[in-house]
Amino acid sequence: MSQMIIDTGNHIAGYACRAARAEVIAAYPITPQSSIVEQIAEFVEKGEMDAKYIRVESEHSAMAACIGAAAGGARTFTATCSHGLALMHEMLHWASAARLPIVMAVANRAMGPGWNIWADFSDSLSQRDTGWIQFYCADNQEIFDTIIQAYKLCEDKRVMMPAMVCHEGLILSHTSMPVEIPDQKDIDDFLPPYDPPWILDVDKPVTHGSLIYPEWYMEFRYFMYEAMENAKRLIPEIDKEYGRKFGREYGGHMERYRCKDADLLLLSMGTIGSEAKIAVDRLRNRGFKVGAARVRVFRPFPKEEIRSLAEKPRMLAVIDRHVSYGMEGPLFIEVKASVYGKEDAPLMAGFIAGLGGRDVTFLDIEKIARKSLKYLETGRVAKEVEWIGLRR
Amino acid sequence: MSRTPKSLKDLPLTILSRPMTGSAGETGFWRTFRPVIDLSKCTGCLLCWIFCPEGCIERGEEDIPEVNYKYCKGCGVCANECRVDAIRIEREV
Repeated sequence: MSQMIIDTGNHIAGYACRAARAEVIAAYPITPQSSIVEQIAEFVEKGEMDAKYIRVESEHSAMAACIGAAAGGARTFTATCSHGLALMHEMLHWASAARLPIVMAVANRAMGPGWNIWADFSDSLSQRDTGWIQFYCADNQEIFDTIIQAYKLCEDKRVMMPAMVCHEGLILSHTSMPVEIPDQKDIDDFLPPYDPPWILDVDKPVTHGSLIYPEWYMEFRYFMYEAMENAKRLIPEIDKEYGRKFGREYGGHMERYRCKDADLLLLSMGTIGSEAKIAVDRLRNRGFKVGAARVRVFRPFPKEEIRSLAEKPRMLAVIDRHVSYGMEGPLFIEVKASVYGKEDAPLMAGFIAGLGGRDVTFLDIEKIARKSLKYLETGRVAKEVEWIGLRR
Repeated sequence: MSRTPKSLKDLPLTILSRPMTGSAGETGFWRTFRPVIDLSKCTGCLLCWIFCPEGCIERGEEDIPEVNYKYCKGCGVCANECRVDAIRIEREV
């Protein structure tokens, strides 16, 4: 029987880890992630999970332990954020290049200094090129469902790559919401035990990641590139399959809201995407043809979907909860790259908002929409990148 | 990889190697200096065999050490350890 519970995003990530039957969890606490691994520790201690819980001295070691366990054939989980994720950076490359399907929850938090424990995508988006699949969630139910989907995707032999499932710190990590936990038997049907293509075995020893000369290095990187292309294809399939089984799906790479006849589309990730729906409804009530698209997967980036999404609207407004210093918001950069070369491409503008946990309300999003509608009216984007709510 | 791959199809998904002599190819050509054992001085104590980090000193007949130049990288540890200065380090030409 499925069960309805009310709990925080972090605890729900712990429930998902239990439901996925993770076998090895290695973790180090960091705010606002800690209650994920506390929840898991409790499950393991109570005997509700048949898992080995490894306490380590740093996030670098947490990922290293996950790499060892995954290479040993175990389903592996960890969680971190912010400076902890940054400390893991070297090992993130290691996990993906060793093709280990580790799943990690990230409770997105701003990078310091100044010290800030609130929501911001600067931690995970800084890890863009590590070869990790990146999901971004907008509510607690999606955190649960995405973690289960992520294991299915990562362990597919055509993929064999690790994934981070991100949710904004405090906004989701510490907010309680009702979440349906499906029947364990149904989850087991959807997600069979991990069947590793190779394992560390003392009787048949192998070395992972030994020396590789320039003659062959590129080929292995090409395999990773191909795996990400495969993942791009599989994400909507797995989401649909999940939907058939559990009654919830998220539109594959992107959740679209009232997009069909929209002149203006608001693009964003995470909870800003769900807040945008309120702004869309309010603007629609006043006769503006506005829609919202929430990008769920940043890597692999749904280039083709963005391109086809840009077919009809005449203006795209992209909201980023991070900035790539010296350029623009990372989502804005990718959206523009995806639309490149398209005839009659829509106008595009980037908006930076909500850094370091600053609230992005539907009123802020309406402001963004109104500015964008003005650009649309004049046919010219007066300011390509604008910081929203900045004090003057 | 047990054999030299010819194409993408011969490669594993990731960089995996199985333990064998020279699984990453021969390494002797990395050498700038080569150890040369003077057998008239050697006492057969085998310290060089113990300390060689790459297992490139082999135990010959009657425990007389021999350098495997196919893989020896010329680090010089053996010469440093030898108590009777029986190992000379010569520049490769």
